[in-house]
Order: sequence, then C-alpha cells, then structure tokens
Amino acid sequence: MYKYDEYDRALVDARVEEFRDQVQRRLSGALTEDQFKPLRLMNGLYLQLHAYMLRVAIPYGTLDSRQTRMLAHIARKYDRGYGHFTTRQNLQYNWIKLDDTPDILAELATVEMHAIQTSGNCIRNISSDQYAGAAADEVADPRPYAELLRQWSTFHPEFSLLPRKFKIAVIAADEDRAAMKLHDIGLKLVRRDGALGFEVYVGGGQGRTPMVAPLIRKFLPADELVSYLEACLRVYNRYGRRDNIYKARIKILIHEIGADQYRAEVEEEYLHVKALGIDPPAAELERIQAMFAPPPLVRDDSVTIDRSNPAFALWLDHQVVKHKVPGHAIVTISLKPIGGIPGDASADQIDVIADLAERFSHDELRITHAQNVVLPHVHMGDLAEVWAALTAAGLATPNLDLISDIIACPGLDYCSLANARSIPLAQKLSERFADMDRQRDLGEVKLKISGCINACGHHHAGHIGILGVDRKGEENYQLSFGGSGAEDASVGRIIGPGFSEDGVVDAVETALETYRSLRTEGERFLDTYRRIGAEPFKAAIYA
Amino acid sequence: MTLIRFRSDAAHEEPGVTLDGFLGQSNATAVRIESGEDVRLLLPYLDRLQLIEIAFPTFRDGRGYSSARILREAGYTGELRAQGDVLIDQVVFLRRCGFDALSSEKPLDEAAVEQALARFPYFYQKAAEPRAPVWKLRHG
Repeated sequence: MYKYDEYDRALVDARVEEFRDQVQRRLSGALTEDQFKPLRLMNGLYLQLHAYMLRVAIPYGTLDSRQTRMLAHIARKYDRGYGHFTTRQNLQYNWIKLDDTPDILAELATVEMHAIQTSGNCIRNISSDQYAGAAADEVADPRPYAELLRQWSTFHPEFSLLPRKFKIAVIAADEDRAAMKLHDIGLKLVRRDGALGFEVYVGGGQGRTPMVAPLIRKFLPADELVSYLEACLRVYNRYGRRDNIYKARIKILIHEIGADQYRAEVEEEYLHVKALGIDPPAAELERIQAMFAPPPLVRDDSVTIDRSNPAFALWLDHQVVKHKVPGHAIVTISLKPIGGIPGDASADQIDVIADLAERFSHDELRITHAQNVVLPHVHMGDLAEVWAALTAAGLATPNLDLISDIIACPGLDYCSLANARSIPLAQKLSERFADMDRQRDLGEVKLKISGCINACGHHHAGHIGILGVDRKGEENYQLSFGGSGAEDASVGRIIGPGFSEDGVVDAVETALETYRSLRTEGERFLDTYRRIGAEPFKAAIYA
Repeated sequence: MTLIRFRSDAAHEEPGVTLDGFLGQSNATAVRIESGEDVRLLLPYLDRLQLIEIAFPTFRDGRGYSSARILREAGYTGELRAQGDVLIDQVVFLRRCGFDALSSEKPLDEAAVEQALARFPYFYQKAAEPRAPVWKLRHG
C-alpha cells in the first residue's frame, strides 16, 4: 500500500483548504455557478437531480481497512448510510450537502484519501487490475506505475483544462481485467528481452462513440513513462477540439487524423520532451515499489478445504480464484445480490468488508471496475470463516461473471444526464435469473446497463449491453450483443428496435434461451454470438 | 482590465500583431496568439520577440497552457502574457506553465493572486519554473 509522506500530505491538505475557500466564495456569491462548476468537478462534486454527488478517488482501486472504515463513517455521517462503488473503482455518495463537502474532504485527508480529479476535463483516477500483486499471470505489480502516474497527473499545470476528461488504466497481465483498451490511454506492462516496458494504447473509450484503442507504441521502456505520456497529452491538448464536447475526446482526434499520424506527432514531441528531464529517477519508482512489496505469504501446499456445505462450495467455485502464492486465494465479494442495486453497499457492510480485509487479507482490499470488492490475499484455511461472515452480512452471493453480476450506472434515479432508469431494470433482470442452477448453466455473461449514451454502465462492452434512451417521453431500452471489455475487446452492436423495461427483460431471456439451444461445448454466450452472428437471436427476439 | 506582471522590466507598450501579420512581414517585437494557432511557428523568431500574448477566450480552453510550455522549453525569455478569461483559480497553472503576466478582462485582485500562488507548498511535476518537483526533493 502506498503511504503518504510529508509532501503528499501537504498537497492534499492544501487542496482541502483551497476547496473550502472556493465553496465559501460560491456560497457568498463571489463565484458564479459557471465559474464554480469546473472547480467542484475537479474535486469530484456533481450537482445531480436531487442533491450533490461526491465521487471519492480510490487510486487503482486499492484500500486498507482504515480507509474503508472512513468511507463507512462518511456514509453514515453525511449521506444516507450508503456508498456506491463505480466502474472506475471509485466510490460515490449520492446525498451530499455542498457546505459539508470541505469537512468530508478534510476527514478523507486524515486517511490519505481525496476526491481530486475524479471529475472534470482533466486526468482522472488511474485505474488498474483488481488482482494486481496477487495474480499468478502478471509480469509485475502494475500499481507502482499507477501511483507514479497519480502523482504526475495531480494538479498537472498543462493538463488540468483538457478538451475532455482523460482516463488511464494500467495492467500487467494478458488477461485484461480492467477494460484497458477502452481507456483514453491503456498501458500494459510487458517484459521484452528481460526489460520491463509498456504497450501503449491510445484513443479508446465508450460514450456515444465507442472505440477500442489502437496500439500506438509497441514497447516503451518503463522508465520513460512520464515523458511519453506528457507527449501524448500535449499533442492531444494542442489539437483537441473545444467547439463540440461530443467530438473532444482523444478517440475522436485519433479517429480523424489516424493512428499513424498521431503516433508520428507523439514521437516527434517525445524526442523533445524526453530531453527535458521530467521523468522521476529510478529511486522514486523504487521508493513506491517498496510500499507495494508483497505481503509475507508463506507457500502452503497442505491446505485442504471441507466442501461438504454445498452453499460454501458454490461460493468457492464462483468467487475464489488462484493466488500467485500456493495455499492462498483471491476472493471477490459480490455487491450484486439478487434484486439489489449493483455496486451499492451499506455503511455496515463496508465495515464488515474492512474487518475482513484487516483480519484475513493483510489489511488490503480492492474495488473492481465491475463494481465488486476483492480481498486479494486470503489464506485458504480462512475461506470458510470469510464466507460465514460475508453470508451474515448479505455479501456472499456466488455470481461473479454470471448473468446477475450486472454493471449498471445510477441512471435516472440519481443522474441529471440520464434518459432512463438503470437500477430498476438491473433489479428485474437479476430477479428473472435468480435461480442459481440456471445462472450457472448460462455461464459467463457480462450484462451491462447504461441509462444514457454516456455509457457509464459500459453497455458497449457488455456481452449483452442495454442502453436506456428517451423515446417520445418514454423510457426505451436498446439491446446490443457482442461487446467485451477484456483482452478480446470489442464494441457491441445494436440488434434492432428497442423495448420497454419488461420487454427488454424478456428479450434478454429469449436471447439466452437461443444461445442455450445453439451453443457448442464450452462456448460462452459471447462465443456463440461471435460464431453465428446476430440473425438467429434477432429471429427469436422479434418473432 | 487588470494587468499583473511578475517581471521587473517595464511592460511592453507596443500592441501585439496577429500571428499571420508577424509571419508575413514584420519586425514587430510583440505578437498575439489566438486559441488554436500553432505557437511553434514562432520558434525561429524567439530572440527578437519581447512579448507574446496568448488568448484565453474562455478559461476552459486549455490550449494556451501547452503553447506556453512549448515557448519556454524552446528558450523564450521575454514576457509571456495570458490574456482574456483569466481567473484566480487558474493562476497557479498559468504561472507553472511559464506565464509571467496576467491580463484579465475582469478585475483580478493582486492580493488574492498572491494568496493563491502561495497555497500549494510543493508540486509533483517538473514544469516551466525553477521550483524542484517533489521527486527531486525526495531524492536530491
């Protein structure tokens, strides 16, 4: 875990005081809402339908128990006892008062947390693989690089008023668990001839113009990361359109000028930037890496697990994966109970999760972009106790990557941008497919719902994606198939005319029954769709 | 209109010519860059320029920050003036990108500017300013 030193602490504290002053000036009328808006957004504060929403940064999705308990405390004291985990590994509070926000930020700062750049046209929270540091398939822990980029991007003087928001993800394994290619910049740590470096993908994104990022640099030496990204951002900032916010993302620029020209301009800029000496020295990366040293796990080949309780065995099969150290496991805690709100957790549940992280996971937990929580370092001998505690807290739903493990944005229940509600639809879908045997038979199905074209619910990347639109004043849902946010990233395609809320639940069920009748051995829904195309599904759905 | 300068020399009196005008003919010593114009076209002439004014039509348009960095990295030492919708909450960014004069359409309180510039004790990045970034303070 990264720990602040005096410099980090002083900067976050100064930011809290700056925002306190800005809120005061807003409340006194010295700042107009137009002037205040970008300032509050750069501190994660949105004005939503019913209240302010505060988005707290969880850098690369990593938390310790003390920080997690603070999130629960804030939920109780300033919100309505809930927090909502987001697809960018952050946490949102939906019922915040403007004049409380400086105090909330001050409380967060006491546990080395903040809401800096969780919104606004700047470089947002750096996301990463939720299994980082624990996964058997990683080249190295990607989080030290993410922390290096957190520092580089924090209050960056040149890149705080970009054409549009800018999202960066860092991974270090072939399996992409962070939707890396759907970011403005996706970085994959690789080893070539013994040296660490990055594959650099630029220009991915979702929203109204979804794009899978093209590979811009095949191998960037790891110690030149900051220089190269500075060049990438400078080319974007110089070019990037300001006339139309829908054309302002870097994906549009790269689409318009082409990956080759963008690459050439970045390389030219990079030659210049590299000579400026803006890359931190190796000692800085080493300082950060030391704080991410793996926990002292001892290889244990002797653990046997009693699987006689079928509910426990089911949970083991779905929520627990292999750790790089034998005898240990990575546990995913589902925040997707049947009929629940995806990503929501009560303050009490957040406290339970904090306790489990402290007792059983070397004081560490992770937030996933699929809105779940991970205990990354659990001894297998402790799994039964972890499961029992999760069961008691309503957190043991065994549905990871199954049809009811739905990603959904807050939708029209909260969001001022939404055209349709997402949450009630997610609840109906998970209730329709509540039966565990049926879910298991359907296998991996990533279903994602967005309540508007901005695609916060990642519907483009859903094996099944649902987009809520407004059609003549009525909520209407468009269905798409074939998206993926994984290493086989792809953008889903709309299959035909939209549906009512109940209609889209029926259509999903019809599609999945069609899949069951046409699948071959071992095929997921996505594989069958890719093999046979949309026609058989359309024929069944629009019959 | 408020003009706040962080230079000891006298303010340049000659108004800036347009970029096209400058490139077309002139022996002007002051030029004004509109948002979206490519400041790199000035690089061959930096030694004879005394004032480069960069327009901020709205504070949200951040292209001027990159323009300033490019000029300072190329060795420009004359006055670099941010002109237009220049607000108190961006002065730290402007100064760190190398602007040493702020020309605001709206009143800008000099004491408030000083206070804003003093608020952050450190900065993470190396930028167009003499102060060392945090990594340099950590490691020497």
